[in-house]
This record gives sequence, structure tokens and C-alpha cells, in this order.
Amino acid sequence: MSSYRIQGATGEWEVVIGLEVHAQITTQAKLFSGSATAFGAEPNTQVSLVDAAMPGMLPVPNRECIRQAVRTGMAIDAQINKWSRFDRKNYFYADLPQGYQISQLYHPLVGEGQIEIVLDEKNPEAGTKVIGIERIHVEQDAGKLMHDQHPTMSYVDLNRSGVALMEIVSRPDMRSPAEAGAYLTKLRQILRYVGSCDGNMDQGSMRADVNVSVRRPGEEFGTRTETKNVNSVRFVMAAIEHEASRQVDVLEAGGKIVQETRLFDPGTGTTRSMRSKEDAHDYRYFPDPDLLPLELSDAFLEECRASLPELPDAKRARYTETLGLSAYNAAVLTADVDTAAWFETLITASAAKQGKDEAAVAKQAANWLTSELFGALNKLGKGLEDSPVSPEAAAELLSLVGDGTISGSIAKQVLEKMLETGDGAAAIVEREGLKQTTDTGAIEAAVDAVLAANADKVEQYRGGKEALFGFFVGQTMKAMAGKGNPQLVNQVLKAKLG
Amino acid sequence: MSVNTADVAKIASLARIKVSEAQLEAMVPELNGILAWVEQLGEVDVTGVTPMTAVIPNTLRLRDDVVNADPLTGGDIRDAVLANAPVAEHGFFGVPKVIE
Repeated sequence: MSSYRIQGATGEWEVVIGLEVHAQITTQAKLFSGSATAFGAEPNTQVSLVDAAMPGMLPVPNRECIRQAVRTGMAIDAQINKWSRFDRKNYFYADLPQGYQISQLYHPLVGEGQIEIVLDEKNPEAGTKVIGIERIHVEQDAGKLMHDQHPTMSYVDLNRSGVALMEIVSRPDMRSPAEAGAYLTKLRQILRYVGSCDGNMDQGSMRADVNVSVRRPGEEFGTRTETKNVNSVRFVMAAIEHEASRQVDVLEAGGKIVQETRLFDPGTGTTRSMRSKEDAHDYRYFPDPDLLPLELSDAFLEECRASLPELPDAKRARYTETLGLSAYNAAVLTADVDTAAWFETLITASAAKQGKDEAAVAKQAANWLTSELFGALNKLGKGLEDSPVSPEAAAELLSLVGDGTISGSIAKQVLEKMLETGDGAAAIVEREGLKQTTDTGAIEAAVDAVLAANADKVEQYRGGKEALFGFFVGQTMKAMAGKGNPQLVNQVLKAKLG
Repeated sequence: MSVNTADVAKIASLARIKVSEAQLEAMVPELNGILAWVEQLGEVDVTGVTPMTAVIPNTLRLRDDVVNADPLTGGDIRDAVLANAPVAEHGFFGVPKVIE
């Protein structure tokens, strides 16, 4: 990837980007109380007296929240702090009943780590880049405000109040909107593999605060702005593009960048200043006196590490090196944890059905999945998660292709029928009489008929127009309703055209 | 460490406490008195003493990830949660409109 530069009126500018990602930790109960975390519940039904900050209520941390944050830290090769502590971040807002957020400023749970991004998925030559992670800390989410339900009041729903978040803070290591997009995508992928966050950005499970500054290439960092709560990869990239060019315009007009908090407007793709919070930056952090320091045992850490699954980079490498998949297929199949799981169930079932090992059936399965099934599901407007064809049913179809019962092109028809009826592949092949013909006599008869009917083309072929071979294959297959064994048809045609 | 009138005004503003000019003037020496009193702790030699995080030897207790395991700290109590709200409508707290 060539360096991303903004061409200003006075020369080139480089963009410097850091992301603070808030990821909701996947748990049943909240960080410091026993109320539920499920999305979309009736307002204020998932609120305990702790979450509503009633006097005298004390927070008790949920072990699973800590465990998931530690596992996430381990997945990005980060330092895990066996001793960490919770602090109060004080500010007043209607969505924060405590008047402070319990967070971790001074002693976060997770320290330095890193994530490697692929600079251009379409171009393997472009290489990779390591993005530093400064820290991951655990904190409470705030409630939700609704401004459009009443003419003079805002409505407050505290269901989200007290839900556990990980704040994952990157180093200012990104230099283009594309790098920021790749980082966020990779982070989301890792979180979904680890199972610590579902990554549903449209439900607010992952949101990014985007720090952007610009500078002349090679010079010191400029003053940054922070655009809050951007909730999709596309919006993060748009926010960076807009904010960077806005800063260049300000600087080139002789102005100064003010360190401030901004809001992204998805409708216009622009950012604007949140002036009301300008004087709110003094959060008067101090250690939360309601909570003792969090101390983790070696046994706890060992369990966290032992329970980590195979992570995306390792899986991708295994798919190409051990299973022999193309780099493209490996990238597509490992992009999401659910796709990888589906694929692995498929090759396990496939290997069992065909009596081969997984590496021997992986390529066939990968090609079929990425081209045939994805294509067919796409037409139906479905995803793999609601595919009418299960991995086991797909393995049956692939084994019929594998042992030569049906050809690849017939397999397409069978898949369509499977999606339509939900029946098994073998039953459909039997019922519709789709079995491939390996009867040489029948193939020879069909070839003879085709050659006789196209004597002129046979003449041209023999005169050197070899491209016509495909035409003869096509005509023969058509005559046999697609059921001729392709290898045999080729053989017979070659012999007869000789 | 000591504070002046401006410091006290800022602290009051951050804490959203309304303090009149006269009260501000009176609070400056009061707060400085408290600070000076606490600062006496600095006279104790704590060389080699591990910082204490609690007065009794104790570790942070953790909870299992179970919803509403203890009814006192669980949800599904909307009426109780909203009972003291000055305004509660359609299951929400109603507050004066706050818009960014």
C-alpha cells in the first residue's frame, strides 16, 4: 500500500490515527450486579438497585467479565496485570446515575499488546503491519437517553447501565483510513473468536472513539481531536477522512486545531464539535473505595490461557499450510469464527464419509463452500448461520461428487433442490435419476450422434480449429442431460476425433 | 498543598454544587485547614512499608455470572427502581431534555 497522504494547498500531510474501542463483554449478568445484559429488553427491566445507584448498594465484580478481558489480552499477546484496581471517573450526565463511572485509569487489567493487520487483503504483496495496543481496561457502560419521545423531556433507560465493557486502546500507529478499518475488522474478528464480545456493531456492542491528528510527514504529532462513538467500520473510515481533511483546511488557513471531542454524523459523513463537554475533562479520578484491588491467581490465568481457541492468524496459516487451501479461501473461511466452525464441521463430516483425511477433502470443501454455497445463499438472501443445508448434508453431496456418482455441474442442480426441499443429496440424485453415466457404450453412442450431426465442425476441428473440442464436450453433455462422466466423455471424444 | 478561591470555585462547579461568593471566601481557609491536617501524615516515615489498600487483610470477592442470583442485586424490579423518580413515564425516567 502506498503511503496515504492528504494533498493540501501547501503540500502533503500525513494522518495519525489511534482508536479507543469499547467492546461489550459477552456475559449473562452485569459487571457489578446480577441484572441481565440481553439486548432489546423493555426499558429499565434489567436494572438492579446497584445499577440505579441507590444509596448503600455495593459493587461486586462478575468473575466472567474479568476472565473474558484477560482472555482477550492473552489473544493479543498482551501483558496481564495480576494486580489491577478500579477507579472512579467523575462526571454528571443523565445516563450515569452514580455520578461516576467505575473504570481503571491507573492500574488497568491488561497492558501492552499488539495486533497484526494485513494491509491489503486483495494484494498479498502489500504485507502486514503491527498495531500496538496500549492497554485494555474494564469499565461500566452508561444508560441510554432518548430525546425524541417527549417535547420537553429526555427519557432514560438504564438497562445498559453497568454492563461490562472492555476499553481497548491502540497506539497512534495507524496512518490511513484503510489501516484503521483493517485494525477494527481484525480486532472484531479476534474478539469473536475469543468469545469475549459478539462484535454486533449495529447493536452497539462495539463502538470506537477515533483520535485523529495530521502532520507534515516525519514531523512531530499534531494536536488531535477525538470523535466519539462511531459504530461501524465504514463510519470510522469516513470520520477519519473527513476529520483529517478538516484539520488540514484549518491549519492551511493559518488556524490551530483545538483538542476537543467531536461527534460523527453518519447522514452527512462529517464531524462536529461537542462544545458542552469542553470543560468536563477534569474527571477527578480516584481509586474506588468500594472495591479492593483485583488480584488474580496463577490458576485463574492458566485456565484463561488453556481455554483460548485457535486464533485467526494461526487458523489461517494452518488452512494454507496443512490443509493446502489457497490464500484467498483461507482468508474468506477464517474471516469469521462461525464460518470457520461451519467449514471445520464440513471437512470432518466429509472426511468421515469419503474415508479420507481432512487435508484430502479440504480443498474440494473450501471451493464448494466459497463458490457454490455462498453464491446460492446469497441469492436466497441468507447467511451461513441460517443455511437450510447443514454441514453434514453438504458432506453427503460432496461425497457423491468425490466418488464420481455425480458430476460437479449436476452437484449444482442437486444443491438447488436441497435448498428448495431440505431433502438429502443421495435421495435427490436417486429420485431425479441424476447419477453420472460411466457406461462407455452409452457415452460412445452419444458422441457418435454429436459428431454425425456436426460433420462440418468435425472437419474444421481436424483442420486445426482445436478450440471446437469444448463445443463437442458441451453438445455431448447436453445430449446426456449432464450425466456423462466428464473424464470419460473427454476420453471418448479425443479417441474418436483422433 | 493549598487551594485559593478560584480552585474552590472550580471544584464546586465540577461537583455541580452552587456556592455563593461569600461561602467561597469562607470555604478557602476551611479546606486549607483540612488539607494541612491530612498533610501531617506526610511526616510519618514509611520507607520500606508496602502501600496499604485496606485496613483489614482482605481480598476482592468476585461473583458468578448468574442473572438475578441474589434478588437484592438483581433486575426485574422496574417499579422499585422508578419509585423515587420525580417523573417516570412508559417505564423510563423522565429528565429535563439534554441534547448534545
